[in-house]
Amino acid sequence: MWQWFHKLGSPKWFFGIATRLMPWLLIGGLLLLAAGLVWGLAFAPKDYLQGNSYRIIFIHVPSAFLAQSIYISMAVAALVTLVWRMKLADVFVKAIAPVGLVFTFLALFTGAVWGKPTWGTWWVWDARLTSMLILLFLYGGVIALDRAINDEKSAARAVAVLVLVGVVNIPIIKYSVDWWNTLHQPATFKLTEKPTMPMEMWLPLLLSVLGLYLLFGWLTCLRMKTEILVREQRTRWVKELVLAGGK
Amino acid sequence: MHPIRKKRLTIVLFLVAGLAIAVGLTTYALRQNINLFYDPSDIAAGNAPVDVRIRAGGMVEEGSVIRDPDSLKVEFRVTDFAASLQMEYVGILPDLFAEGQGVVAMGRMNANGRFIADQVLAKHDEQYMPPEVAEALERASRGQHKAADLEKAAESTAY
Amino acid sequence: MAFDSLSAFIVMEGHGPYVWACYAVFAVLLGGMMLWSAKRNHSVIEACQRRYEADAKTSAQPNRNASATFARVEISQD
Repeated sequence: MWQWFHKLGSPKWFFGIATRLMPWLLIGGLLLLAAGLVWGLAFAPKDYLQGNSYRIIFIHVPSAFLAQSIYISMAVAALVTLVWRMKLADVFVKAIAPVGLVFTFLALFTGAVWGKPTWGTWWVWDARLTSMLILLFLYGGVIALDRAINDEKSAARAVAVLVLVGVVNIPIIKYSVDWWNTLHQPATFKLTEKPTMPMEMWLPLLLSVLGLYLLFGWLTCLRMKTEILVREQRTRWVKELVLAGGK
Repeated sequence: MHPIRKKRLTIVLFLVAGLAIAVGLTTYALRQNINLFYDPSDIAAGNAPVDVRIRAGGMVEEGSVIRDPDSLKVEFRVTDFAASLQMEYVGILPDLFAEGQGVVAMGRMNANGRFIADQVLAKHDEQYMPPEVAEALERASRGQHKAADLEKAAESTAY
Repeated sequence: MAFDSLSAFIVMEGHGPYVWACYAVFAVLLGGMMLWSAKRNHSVIEACQRRYEADAKTSAQPNRNASATFARVEISQD
Protein backbone atom coordinates (compact mmCIF):
# COMPACT_ATOMS: atom_id res chain seq x y z
CA MET A 1 0.00 0.00 0.00
CA TRP A 2 2.85 2.38 0.77
CA GLN A 3 4.61 1.69 -2.50
CA TRP A 4 3.00 4.51 -4.50
CA PHE A 5 3.66 6.82 -1.59
CA HIS A 6 7.38 6.12 -1.66
CA LYS A 7 7.42 6.36 -5.43
CA LEU A 8 5.93 9.82 -5.00
CA GLY A 9 8.98 10.65 -2.96
CA SER A 10 11.34 10.02 -5.86
CA PRO A 11 12.50 13.29 -7.40
CA LYS A 12 13.32 11.60 -10.70
CA TRP A 13 9.86 10.08 -11.01
CA PHE A 14 8.23 13.42 -10.18
CA PHE A 15 10.42 15.26 -12.67
CA GLY A 16 9.18 13.07 -15.51
CA ILE A 17 5.51 13.37 -14.54
CA ALA A 18 5.79 17.15 -14.11
CA THR A 19 7.43 17.59 -17.50
CA ARG A 20 4.63 15.67 -19.19
CA LEU A 21 1.87 17.53 -17.30
CA MET A 22 3.15 21.08 -17.69
CA PRO A 23 2.06 21.93 -21.25
CA TRP A 24 -1.51 20.80 -20.51
CA LEU A 25 -1.64 22.75 -17.27
CA LEU A 26 -0.33 25.91 -18.95
CA ILE A 27 -2.60 25.80 -21.99
CA GLY A 28 -5.67 24.73 -20.03
CA GLY A 29 -5.04 27.30 -17.31
CA LEU A 30 -4.49 30.21 -19.67
CA LEU A 31 -7.56 29.33 -21.75
CA LEU A 32 -9.88 28.87 -18.76
CA LEU A 33 -8.62 31.99 -17.00
CA ALA A 34 -8.86 34.13 -20.13
CA ALA A 35 -12.36 32.84 -20.86
CA GLY A 36 -13.49 33.44 -17.27
CA LEU A 37 -12.03 36.94 -17.06
CA VAL A 38 -13.25 38.16 -20.47
CA TRP A 39 -16.70 36.74 -19.73
CA GLY A 40 -16.71 38.31 -16.28
CA LEU A 41 -15.40 41.69 -17.40
CA ALA A 42 -17.35 42.26 -20.57
CA PHE A 43 -20.31 39.89 -20.80
CA ALA A 44 -21.61 39.10 -17.30
CA PRO A 45 -24.45 41.43 -16.26
CA LYS A 46 -23.71 44.11 -13.69
CA ASP A 47 -24.84 43.71 -10.10
CA TYR A 48 -28.10 45.41 -9.07
CA LEU A 49 -26.46 46.93 -6.00
CA GLN A 50 -22.75 47.40 -6.66
CA GLY A 51 -22.89 48.07 -10.40
CA ASN A 52 -19.68 47.22 -12.21
CA SER A 53 -17.29 47.29 -9.25
CA TYR A 54 -18.38 43.73 -8.40
CA ARG A 55 -16.40 42.53 -11.48
CA ILE A 56 -13.37 42.50 -9.16
CA ILE A 57 -14.87 39.28 -7.73
CA PHE A 58 -13.55 37.34 -10.76
CA ILE A 59 -9.98 37.82 -9.55
CA HIS A 60 -10.57 38.41 -5.84
CA VAL A 61 -12.28 35.10 -5.11
CA PRO A 62 -9.87 32.89 -7.15
CA SER A 63 -6.87 34.58 -5.50
CA ALA A 64 -8.33 34.12 -2.04
CA PHE A 65 -9.22 30.47 -2.81
CA LEU A 66 -5.67 29.75 -3.90
CA ALA A 67 -4.12 31.63 -0.99
CA GLN A 68 -5.90 29.24 1.39
CA SER A 69 -5.59 26.06 -0.68
CA ILE A 70 -1.86 26.59 -1.08
CA TYR A 71 -1.47 26.92 2.67
CA ILE A 72 -3.49 23.75 3.31
CA SER A 73 -1.40 21.79 0.80
CA MET A 74 1.76 23.20 2.39
CA ALA A 75 0.53 21.97 5.77
CA VAL A 76 -0.04 18.45 4.40
CA ALA A 77 3.46 18.52 2.93
CA ALA A 78 4.85 19.78 6.24
CA LEU A 79 3.24 16.83 8.02
CA VAL A 80 4.85 14.47 5.49
CA THR A 81 8.21 16.18 6.02
CA LEU A 82 8.02 15.78 9.78
CA VAL A 83 6.71 12.21 9.86
CA TRP A 84 8.19 10.53 6.77
CA ARG A 85 11.16 12.86 6.12
CA MET A 86 10.28 12.85 2.45
CA LYS A 87 12.50 15.25 0.53
CA LEU A 88 9.98 15.99 -2.17
CA ALA A 89 7.50 17.31 0.42
CA ASP A 90 10.03 19.89 1.56
CA VAL A 91 10.80 20.80 -2.07
CA PHE A 92 7.06 21.39 -2.52
CA VAL A 93 6.78 23.70 0.50
CA LYS A 94 9.75 25.78 -0.61
CA ALA A 95 8.61 25.97 -4.21
CA ILE A 96 5.08 27.18 -3.53
CA ALA A 97 5.43 29.43 -0.46
CA PRO A 98 6.26 32.49 -2.64
CA VAL A 99 3.28 31.67 -4.89
CA GLY A 100 1.03 31.60 -1.83
CA LEU A 101 2.44 34.93 -0.73
CA VAL A 102 1.63 36.52 -4.11
CA PHE A 103 -1.95 35.18 -4.14
CA THR A 104 -2.56 36.29 -0.55
CA PHE A 105 -1.30 39.75 -1.44
CA LEU A 106 -3.55 39.78 -4.52
CA ALA A 107 -6.59 38.79 -2.45
CA LEU A 108 -5.86 41.57 0.05
CA PHE A 109 -5.11 44.18 -2.61
CA THR A 110 -8.12 43.47 -4.80
CA GLY A 111 -10.26 43.32 -1.66
CA ALA A 112 -9.05 46.74 -0.55
CA VAL A 113 -9.64 48.31 -3.95
CA TRP A 114 -13.09 46.70 -4.08
CA GLY A 115 -13.87 47.84 -0.54
CA LYS A 116 -13.39 51.51 -1.31
CA PRO A 117 -16.34 51.95 -3.71
CA THR A 118 -18.63 49.41 -2.00
CA TRP A 119 -18.04 49.65 1.75
CA GLY A 120 -16.59 53.15 1.78
CA THR A 121 -13.19 52.17 3.19
CA TRP A 122 -10.00 50.49 1.97
CA TRP A 123 -9.42 48.59 5.17
CA VAL A 124 -11.21 47.69 8.36
CA TRP A 125 -9.88 45.51 11.16
CA ASP A 126 -12.59 42.89 10.97
CA ALA A 127 -11.90 39.21 11.60
CA ARG A 128 -11.80 38.18 7.90
CA LEU A 129 -9.42 40.89 6.78
CA THR A 130 -7.17 40.57 9.82
CA SER A 131 -6.87 36.77 9.60
CA MET A 132 -6.03 37.12 5.90
CA LEU A 133 -3.29 39.62 6.80
CA ILE A 134 -1.96 37.07 9.31
CA LEU A 135 -1.84 34.53 6.46
CA LEU A 136 0.30 36.97 4.47
CA PHE A 137 2.71 37.26 7.42
CA LEU A 138 2.76 33.46 7.80
CA TYR A 139 3.85 33.06 4.19
CA GLY A 140 6.47 35.76 4.70
CA GLY A 141 7.65 34.02 7.88
CA VAL A 142 7.94 30.64 6.12
CA ILE A 143 10.04 32.15 3.33
CA ALA A 144 12.24 34.12 5.74
CA LEU A 145 12.79 31.16 8.08
CA ASP A 146 13.81 28.95 5.17
CA ARG A 147 16.35 31.54 4.00
CA ALA A 148 17.67 32.12 7.53
CA ILE A 149 18.73 28.50 8.12
CA ASN A 150 21.58 27.26 5.96
CA ASP A 151 21.41 23.57 6.71
CA GLU A 152 18.85 22.00 4.39
CA LYS A 153 17.55 19.41 6.85
CA SER A 154 17.11 21.71 9.84
CA ALA A 155 15.54 24.36 7.59
CA ALA A 156 13.05 21.78 6.33
CA ARG A 157 12.03 20.78 9.87
CA ALA A 158 11.80 24.33 11.22
CA VAL A 159 9.72 25.44 8.24
CA ALA A 160 7.44 22.40 8.59
CA VAL A 161 6.77 23.20 12.25
CA LEU A 162 5.98 26.85 11.44
CA VAL A 163 3.63 25.83 8.61
CA LEU A 164 1.78 23.38 10.88
CA VAL A 165 1.45 25.96 13.66
CA GLY A 166 0.00 28.45 11.19
CA VAL A 167 -2.59 26.03 9.83
CA VAL A 168 -4.81 26.95 12.80
CA ASN A 169 -5.41 30.25 10.99
CA ILE A 170 -7.13 28.58 8.04
CA PRO A 171 -10.44 27.64 9.71
CA ILE A 172 -10.39 31.08 11.33
CA ILE A 173 -10.24 32.71 7.89
CA LYS A 174 -12.93 30.45 6.50
CA TYR A 175 -15.43 30.75 9.34
CA SER A 176 -14.63 34.29 10.53
CA VAL A 177 -17.62 35.65 8.61
CA ASP A 178 -19.95 33.16 10.30
CA TRP A 179 -18.53 33.20 13.83
CA TRP A 180 -18.19 36.94 14.32
CA ASN A 181 -19.71 40.22 13.17
CA THR A 182 -17.61 41.33 10.23
CA LEU A 183 -17.92 43.91 7.50
CA HIS A 184 -17.00 41.22 4.98
CA GLN A 185 -20.02 39.31 3.71
CA PRO A 186 -20.27 35.49 3.92
CA ALA A 187 -18.97 33.34 1.07
CA THR A 188 -20.64 33.59 -2.34
CA PHE A 189 -18.77 30.81 -4.08
CA LYS A 190 -19.41 27.59 -2.22
CA LEU A 191 -18.76 24.12 -3.47
CA THR A 192 -21.26 22.40 -1.22
CA GLU A 193 -24.26 24.72 -1.48
CA LYS A 194 -26.31 26.43 -4.12
CA PRO A 195 -24.46 29.55 -5.29
CA THR A 196 -25.89 32.90 -4.27
CA MET A 197 -25.52 34.34 -7.76
CA PRO A 198 -27.13 33.55 -11.10
CA MET A 199 -25.42 31.23 -13.60
CA GLU A 200 -24.22 34.02 -15.90
CA MET A 201 -22.16 35.39 -13.00
CA TRP A 202 -21.26 32.08 -11.38
CA LEU A 203 -19.93 30.31 -14.48
CA PRO A 204 -17.25 32.91 -15.35
CA LEU A 205 -16.22 32.82 -11.70
CA LEU A 206 -15.98 29.02 -11.83
CA LEU A 207 -13.88 29.23 -15.02
CA SER A 208 -11.43 31.70 -13.51
CA VAL A 209 -11.13 29.65 -10.31
CA LEU A 210 -10.38 26.47 -12.31
CA GLY A 211 -7.99 28.31 -14.65
CA LEU A 212 -6.04 29.79 -11.78
CA TYR A 213 -5.79 26.35 -10.12
CA LEU A 214 -4.33 24.91 -13.33
CA LEU A 215 -1.85 27.79 -13.63
CA PHE A 216 -0.91 27.17 -10.01
CA GLY A 217 -0.32 23.53 -10.95
CA TRP A 218 1.97 24.65 -13.75
CA LEU A 219 3.86 27.01 -11.42
CA THR A 220 4.20 24.21 -8.85
CA CYS A 221 5.68 21.76 -11.40
CA LEU A 222 8.06 24.36 -12.80
CA ARG A 223 9.28 25.66 -9.46
CA MET A 224 9.64 22.17 -7.97
CA LYS A 225 11.68 21.13 -11.01
CA THR A 226 13.99 24.09 -10.47
CA GLU A 227 14.39 23.23 -6.79
CA ILE A 228 15.05 19.56 -7.59
CA LEU A 229 17.73 20.54 -10.15
CA VAL A 230 19.49 22.70 -7.57
CA ARG A 231 19.39 20.01 -4.92
CA GLU A 232 20.14 16.95 -7.02
CA GLN A 233 22.70 18.39 -9.43
CA ARG A 234 25.32 15.94 -8.17
CA THR A 235 23.29 12.91 -9.19
CA ARG A 236 23.81 11.04 -12.42
CA TRP A 237 20.20 11.27 -13.64
CA VAL A 238 20.21 15.08 -13.36
CA LYS A 239 23.53 15.25 -15.17
CA GLU A 240 22.30 13.08 -18.01
CA LEU A 241 19.06 15.03 -18.19
CA VAL A 242 20.72 18.47 -18.23
CA LEU A 243 23.27 17.44 -20.83
CA ALA A 244 20.39 16.11 -22.95
CA GLY A 245 18.75 19.54 -22.92
CA GLY A 246 17.24 19.85 -19.44
CA LYS A 247 13.68 18.86 -20.30
CA MET B 1 3.67 2.06 9.25
CA HIS B 2 7.07 2.15 10.84
CA PRO B 3 6.75 2.58 14.65
CA ILE B 4 9.04 5.62 14.72
CA ARG B 5 6.93 7.31 12.05
CA LYS B 6 3.80 6.45 13.98
CA LYS B 7 5.32 8.07 17.04
CA ARG B 8 6.27 11.21 15.11
CA LEU B 9 2.80 11.40 13.60
CA THR B 10 1.16 11.15 17.03
CA ILE B 11 3.42 13.85 18.46
CA VAL B 12 2.75 16.23 15.56
CA LEU B 13 -1.00 15.62 15.63
CA PHE B 14 -1.14 16.16 19.39
CA LEU B 15 0.79 19.41 19.05
CA VAL B 16 -1.51 20.73 16.34
CA ALA B 17 -4.62 19.64 18.24
CA GLY B 18 -3.36 21.30 21.42
CA LEU B 19 -2.56 24.48 19.56
CA ALA B 20 -5.98 24.48 17.89
CA ILE B 21 -7.69 24.13 21.29
CA ALA B 22 -5.57 26.95 22.74
CA VAL B 23 -6.33 29.28 19.84
CA GLY B 24 -9.98 28.27 19.89
CA LEU B 25 -10.34 29.10 23.59
CA THR B 26 -8.49 32.39 23.16
CA THR B 27 -10.63 33.56 20.27
CA TYR B 28 -13.74 32.42 22.17
CA ALA B 29 -12.70 34.46 25.20
CA LEU B 30 -11.94 37.48 23.02
CA ARG B 31 -15.05 37.15 20.86
CA GLN B 32 -16.46 40.47 22.03
CA ASN B 33 -13.27 42.18 20.80
CA ILE B 34 -13.13 40.21 17.55
CA ASN B 35 -16.68 41.23 16.68
CA LEU B 36 -16.32 44.30 14.51
CA PHE B 37 -19.54 45.88 15.69
CA TYR B 38 -22.37 45.68 18.25
CA ASP B 39 -25.82 44.53 17.14
CA PRO B 40 -28.79 46.76 18.07
CA SER B 41 -29.94 44.04 20.51
CA ASP B 42 -26.49 44.05 22.18
CA ILE B 43 -26.88 47.79 22.69
CA ALA B 44 -30.48 47.48 23.84
CA ALA B 45 -29.32 44.90 26.41
CA GLY B 46 -26.81 47.45 27.71
CA ASN B 47 -23.71 45.56 26.62
CA ALA B 48 -22.21 48.54 24.82
CA PRO B 49 -20.45 51.29 26.77
CA VAL B 50 -21.85 54.85 26.67
CA ASP B 51 -19.67 57.69 25.31
CA VAL B 52 -16.90 55.38 24.10
CA ARG B 53 -16.10 55.12 20.40
CA ILE B 54 -17.66 51.85 19.22
CA ARG B 55 -19.03 50.37 16.03
CA ALA B 56 -22.68 49.47 15.66
CA GLY B 57 -24.22 47.73 12.70
CA GLY B 58 -27.40 46.31 11.30
CA MET B 59 -29.91 46.90 8.57
CA VAL B 60 -31.31 50.36 7.82
CA GLU B 61 -35.00 50.15 8.66
CA GLU B 62 -37.39 50.73 5.75
CA GLY B 63 -38.91 54.21 5.88
CA SER B 64 -36.72 55.41 8.74
CA VAL B 65 -34.27 57.63 6.82
CA ILE B 66 -34.84 61.34 7.42
CA ARG B 67 -32.52 63.66 5.50
CA ASP B 68 -32.18 67.23 6.73
CA PRO B 69 -32.96 69.50 3.76
CA ASP B 70 -30.43 72.20 4.74
CA SER B 71 -27.40 70.10 5.70
CA LEU B 72 -25.81 66.67 5.28
CA LYS B 73 -27.41 65.47 8.49
CA VAL B 74 -29.18 62.14 8.23
CA GLU B 75 -31.16 60.26 10.84
CA PHE B 76 -32.10 56.63 10.49
CA ARG B 77 -32.87 53.54 12.51
CA VAL B 78 -30.75 50.43 12.32
CA THR B 79 -32.31 47.10 13.18
CA ASP B 80 -31.38 43.43 13.58
CA PHE B 81 -35.11 42.53 13.61
CA ALA B 82 -34.99 42.03 17.40
CA ALA B 83 -34.18 45.58 18.48
CA SER B 84 -33.48 48.83 16.73
CA LEU B 85 -31.19 51.78 17.31
CA GLN B 86 -31.61 55.43 16.35
CA MET B 87 -28.56 56.83 14.55
CA GLU B 88 -27.46 60.29 13.57
CA TYR B 89 -24.77 61.11 11.02
CA VAL B 90 -23.47 64.25 9.35
CA GLY B 91 -21.52 63.63 6.15
CA ILE B 92 -21.51 61.90 2.82
CA LEU B 93 -22.98 58.40 2.90
CA PRO B 94 -21.46 55.56 0.81
CA ASP B 95 -23.16 54.85 -2.54
CA LEU B 96 -24.57 51.57 -1.30
CA PHE B 97 -26.38 53.22 1.64
CA ALA B 98 -30.10 52.60 1.22
CA GLU B 99 -33.11 51.48 3.21
CA GLY B 100 -33.04 47.73 3.60
CA GLN B 101 -29.24 47.61 3.24
CA GLY B 102 -26.66 46.82 5.91
CA VAL B 103 -24.46 49.47 7.53
CA VAL B 104 -21.66 49.51 10.08
CA ALA B 105 -21.23 52.87 11.78
CA MET B 106 -18.43 54.15 13.99
CA GLY B 107 -19.40 56.57 16.74
CA ARG B 108 -20.60 57.01 20.32
CA MET B 109 -23.77 56.26 22.22
CA ASN B 110 -25.07 59.40 23.89
CA ALA B 111 -26.99 59.52 27.16
CA ASN B 112 -30.37 59.47 25.34
CA GLY B 113 -29.64 56.14 23.73
CA ARG B 114 -28.95 57.66 20.31
CA PHE B 115 -25.89 56.65 18.33
CA ILE B 116 -23.92 59.63 17.01
CA ALA B 117 -21.95 58.28 14.05
CA ASP B 118 -18.86 59.89 12.58
CA GLN B 119 -18.28 57.24 9.88
CA VAL B 120 -20.79 55.05 8.09
CA LEU B 121 -19.68 52.01 6.05
CA ALA B 122 -21.98 50.02 3.80
CA LYS B 123 -22.24 46.28 4.39
CA HIS B 124 -23.63 44.14 1.64
CA ASP B 125 -24.61 40.50 1.61
CA GLU B 126 -23.33 37.62 -0.51
CA GLN B 127 -26.20 37.88 -3.01
CA TYR B 128 -25.36 39.13 -6.47
CA MET B 129 -27.87 39.51 -9.27
CA PRO B 130 -28.46 41.50 -12.44
CA PRO B 131 -30.58 44.67 -12.04
CA GLU B 132 -33.45 43.18 -14.06
CA VAL B 133 -33.65 40.17 -11.76
CA ALA B 134 -33.62 42.41 -8.70
CA GLU B 135 -36.45 44.48 -10.18
CA ALA B 136 -38.45 41.40 -11.07
CA LEU B 137 -37.98 40.04 -7.55
CA GLU B 138 -39.14 43.30 -6.04
CA ARG B 139 -42.14 43.40 -8.34
CA ALA B 140 -42.95 39.82 -7.42
CA SER B 141 -42.72 40.52 -3.69
CA ARG B 142 -44.88 43.61 -4.11
CA GLY B 143 -47.33 41.51 -6.11
CA GLN B 144 -47.38 38.97 -3.32
CA HIS B 145 -48.13 41.68 -0.78
CA LYS B 146 -50.92 42.91 -3.01
CA ALA B 147 -52.27 39.38 -3.34
CA ALA B 148 -52.10 38.94 0.40
CA ASP B 149 -53.90 42.26 0.88
CA LEU B 150 -56.59 41.24 -1.58
CA GLU B 151 -57.01 37.92 0.19
CA LYS B 152 -57.34 39.69 3.51
CA ALA B 153 -59.82 42.10 1.99
CA ALA B 154 -61.76 39.19 0.56
CA GLU B 155 -61.77 37.49 3.94
CA SER B 156 -63.00 40.59 5.71
CA THR B 157 -65.76 41.13 3.17
CA ALA B 158 -66.84 37.52 3.45
CA TYR B 159 -67.77 38.08 7.02
CA MET C 1 -21.74 42.31 -24.15
CA ALA C 2 -22.85 44.13 -21.03
CA PHE C 3 -21.62 47.49 -22.35
CA ASP C 4 -22.80 49.65 -25.25
CA SER C 5 -19.41 50.95 -26.38
CA LEU C 6 -15.71 50.59 -25.74
CA SER C 7 -15.58 53.83 -23.77
CA ALA C 8 -18.45 52.62 -21.56
CA PHE C 9 -16.48 49.41 -21.02
CA ILE C 10 -13.41 51.38 -19.92
CA VAL C 11 -15.27 53.86 -17.70
CA MET C 12 -17.57 51.18 -16.17
CA GLU C 13 -19.95 53.82 -14.86
CA GLY C 14 -17.24 55.39 -12.74
CA HIS C 15 -15.89 52.13 -11.30
CA GLY C 16 -13.32 51.74 -14.09
CA PRO C 17 -10.26 52.88 -12.13
CA TYR C 18 -10.97 50.38 -9.34
CA VAL C 19 -11.72 47.44 -11.62
CA TRP C 20 -8.87 48.08 -14.04
CA ALA C 21 -6.35 48.72 -11.27
CA CYS C 22 -7.18 45.29 -9.79
CA TYR C 23 -6.94 43.50 -13.12
CA ALA C 24 -3.66 45.27 -13.97
CA VAL C 25 -2.01 44.34 -10.67
CA PHE C 26 -3.33 40.79 -11.01
CA ALA C 27 -1.93 40.45 -14.56
CA VAL C 28 1.43 41.96 -13.66
CA LEU C 29 1.94 39.83 -10.54
CA LEU C 30 0.70 36.54 -12.03
CA GLY C 31 2.53 37.05 -15.35
CA GLY C 32 5.65 38.29 -13.59
CA MET C 33 5.69 35.30 -11.26
CA MET C 34 5.28 32.88 -14.19
CA LEU C 35 8.00 34.55 -16.28
CA TRP C 36 10.37 34.86 -13.35
CA SER C 37 9.91 31.17 -12.42
CA ALA C 38 10.53 30.09 -16.02
CA LYS C 39 13.61 32.30 -16.23
CA ARG C 40 15.01 30.93 -12.99
CA ASN C 41 14.45 27.36 -14.19
CA HIS C 42 16.31 28.20 -17.38
CA SER C 43 19.26 29.82 -15.62
CA VAL C 44 19.59 26.87 -13.21
CA ILE C 45 19.72 24.45 -16.15
CA GLU C 46 22.36 26.61 -17.86
CA ALA C 47 24.43 26.86 -14.69
CA CYS C 48 24.35 23.06 -14.33
CA GLN C 49 25.30 22.63 -17.98
CA ARG C 50 28.31 24.95 -17.61
CA ARG C 51 29.41 23.10 -14.51
CA TYR C 52 29.18 19.68 -16.13
CA GLU C 53 31.07 20.90 -19.19
CA ALA C 54 33.79 22.46 -17.02
CA ASP C 55 34.01 19.21 -15.05
CA ALA C 56 34.29 17.21 -18.25
CA LYS C 57 37.13 19.45 -19.50
CA THR C 58 39.18 19.19 -16.31
CA SER C 59 38.78 15.43 -16.08
CA ALA C 60 39.70 15.05 -19.78
CA GLN C 61 43.06 16.72 -19.18
CA PRO C 62 45.85 14.46 -17.96
CA ASN C 63 46.18 14.79 -14.23
CA ARG C 64 49.62 16.29 -13.68
CA ASN C 65 48.92 16.96 -10.06
CA ALA C 66 46.57 14.27 -8.83
CA SER C 67 46.44 15.54 -5.25
CA ALA C 68 44.71 18.77 -6.35
CA THR C 69 41.69 17.16 -7.99
CA PHE C 70 38.56 16.13 -6.25
CA ALA C 71 36.93 12.85 -6.99
CA ARG C 72 33.17 13.42 -6.95
CA VAL C 73 31.27 10.40 -5.85
CA GLU C 74 27.95 10.29 -7.61
CA ILE C 75 25.19 8.59 -5.70
CA SER C 76 21.86 8.17 -7.38
CA GLN C 77 19.06 9.39 -5.09
CA ASP C 78 16.23 7.40 -6.52
